[in-house]
Amino acid sequence: MNTQEQEQIKQLLKKSLPPISTRVGEVQRDLWPAMLKRLEARSTAVPWFDWALLAAVVAWLVFFPGAIPVLLYHL
Amino acid sequence: MPVLEQQSDALQQFCHGDLDAFEALFRRHQTEVYGWIVRIVRDPASAEELTVETFWRIYRAHARFDPARSFRPWARRIATNAALDYLKTARPETDLPNDVPSTPLQDPAISEELRRKTARAFGRLPPKLQVAAVLALIEERPYKEIGEALGISTGAVKLRVFRALRFLRKELKEHGIEP
Repeated sequence: MNTQEQEQIKQLLKKSLPPISTRVGEVQRDLWPAMLKRLEARSTAVPWFDWALLAAVVAWLVFFPGAIPVLLYHL
Repeated sequence: MPVLEQQSDALQQFCHGDLDAFEALFRRHQTEVYGWIVRIVRDPASAEELTVETFWRIYRAHARFDPARSFRPWARRIATNAALDYLKTARPETDLPNDVPSTPLQDPAISEELRRKTARAFGRLPPKLQVAAVLALIEERPYKEIGEALGISTGAVKLRVFRALRFLRKELKEHGIEP
C-alpha cells in the first residue's frame, strides 16, 4: 500500500468519522456523585473469598452433621 | 501554599488512600480523562461510565502510584486500557456511534451510504488497531502521545496504524469502495 492510498483512506475516514469537537470532548456534568456511588457500592460488597469460605463451612456441615454441636460450642 | 506544592501534597495523600485527596484529583482530571475516552469510544454516555471506571481503577491502584511521577500520563494509560476493554466487549461489529456532534460537521460531499460503510469497516477493526487508528488518523494526536497511552513504542504505534489502514483498504474493497 503506497502513501497516496494511505492518505486517501485517511481522508475518507475523517469525512466519515469527523474528529470530536472540543465542546463535545468536555464532560457535561459532574461525575463525582457517580464516582462516590461506585466507591460505596464496592465497599459494601462481600469479597468472593468470603462467599467461598461460607460455602466450605456449609458443605462441611452437610457432610459431617456431627460437627454442628462442636461448631455451636465454639461460637 | 504554591499550587505545585499543593498538588504534590494531594498526590502523597492519595497514595495513602485519602478520599479527599482522591476527590481533588478526580475533580482536577475528570474533564481531561473524559475527553480522551470520548475520542476513543465516540459515545458520550459510555465515556462517562468509562471515566468513572477509570477513576475506580485509579483508586484501587493508589498504593502502586509513585507520587514522584506525573499523575496525568498514568491516568491516561489507565483510561486507554478501560476504553480498550470496552471496545473488546462492545463487539461484535457494532457501528461506531455517529450522533456525536463534531467539527467540522459531516462532509456533505460524501454520501450517507459511503459514510455508513466506512464507519462500519472501521468498527470491524480489532480494538487495538482501532484505538491507534482513531487517535492517529482521526484525532491526529502525536504518535509519541499515543504510544505513552498504550504503553508501546512509537514504532509499534506506526505499525498498528499501518495495519489498520491495510485492514480498512481490504474491507472497503470487499464492499466495492475504492478510496
